[in-house]
Amino acid sequence: MTFSLDVEDLSCIRGQRALFRGLRFSVDAGRAVSLQGANGAGKTSLLRLLAGFLMPASGTIRLRTDGGDIEHAEDRGKFVGWFGHQDAVKPQLAVREQLAFFARLYGSGRNPDEAMRTFGLLPLAELPGQYLSAGQKRRLALARLQLCARPLWLLDEPLAALDTAGKKLVAQTIVAHCACGGIVVAATHEALGVACETLLLGDG
Amino acid sequence: MTSFLALLFRDIRLAVRAGGGAALALAFFAAVVTLVPLGVGADLRLLSRIAGGVLWVAAVLAALLSLDRLFQADYEDGSLDLIVLSPLQLEATAVAKIGAHWLATGLPLTALSALLAVLFDLSQAGTGALVLSLLIGTPAVSAIGAIGAALTLSIRRGGLILPLIVLPLLAPAVIFGSGAVLAAQDGLASGALYLLTAFSLLCVLLSPFAVAASVRLNLAT
Repeated sequence: MTFSLDVEDLSCIRGQRALFRGLRFSVDAGRAVSLQGANGAGKTSLLRLLAGFLMPASGTIRLRTDGGDIEHAEDRGKFVGWFGHQDAVKPQLAVREQLAFFARLYGSGRNPDEAMRTFGLLPLAELPGQYLSAGQKRRLALARLQLCARPLWLLDEPLAALDTAGKKLVAQTIVAHCACGGIVVAATHEALGVACETLLLGDG
Repeated sequence: MTSFLALLFRDIRLAVRAGGGAALALAFFAAVVTLVPLGVGADLRLLSRIAGGVLWVAAVLAALLSLDRLFQADYEDGSLDLIVLSPLQLEATAVAKIGAHWLATGLPLTALSALLAVLFDLSQAGTGALVLSLLIGTPAVSAIGAIGAALTLSIRRGGLILPLIVLPLLAPAVIFGSGAVLAAQDGLASGALYLLTAFSLLCVLLSPFAVAASVRLNLAT
């Protein structure tokens, strides 16, 4: 199975300010990259570029897969598992309903109950989203990420608001995803707790 | 198809749960329509003449009430990012959202209008035309409204700008809709319902593309 992410000469301009220029890196299947940099260095923008939400000012983002190279942003999006800094938790829907919805939307065929068990959400299954704590919402987002079954994971501050056990869970999830041949790109200020390459954005 | 239905049912579920806006739109519709006879007075001939217009305008305003959150809610909590990345094409996403809005708002408004028509002493033929015109025309309201909602999804208080974009575009629906009711009351043959059908079909057909383009544009900034 071939799967890799190649970024060449990528530049990003936000609000007439160049966040980075000529960025070049590649990630092979089974590898994790920790994206680091000061506030405003462009970590989230890079993730949004990789996901295909933003268009680069210049450069290419290429996904090499078994089915050929993919450069078009919207096609690339179909490989992305997104874990943004927002939790995308609906206050009116129960935890199980939210996960079941995304499992069906993504057509992954994975079982929401199993994901809930992994992330310690099973006791909260029938609880509406509005009663969840910040950390529980992050766990819900993690369970959803796993349910969506996408090979390229883009994580924005995955460790924020999580307790020690939760952080360990993130590390285990990343390791398991890499072991299955997936790719993880995580923007973070803390150590992920897994063996990974580091990409430093900005002039540092 | 599974993804499409998943999104459709989720949106209906969100609309009918607390704070979803479907019940609010219905209550608003009933309140406004009830207020008009109280303000105009008990002139039954006058009331039955203006019934079509009043019910149509009130239905459009009530539908707009729940439209501004159509994309904004998903945009603000990050759900829209995840929906955009799903296997569902953005155009199909737009159809699901428009469909859910119509099922949760347009259809109940249509049903309620038959009941509220009694307040205006609307004849049987007039009531039939009203219900039929709303049934045909409210999908256009949801479709055009979705364009406005997608355009304003990243604007704070975009709900205030939404009517300014949407109301002029909905003028044909109101004209043909209330025109059909008047023609039916007078027993005249009228092409208003056909024109309304054509307008509604055109809106429903074209708006998903406009909605998808607006969402792409808004996410890219």
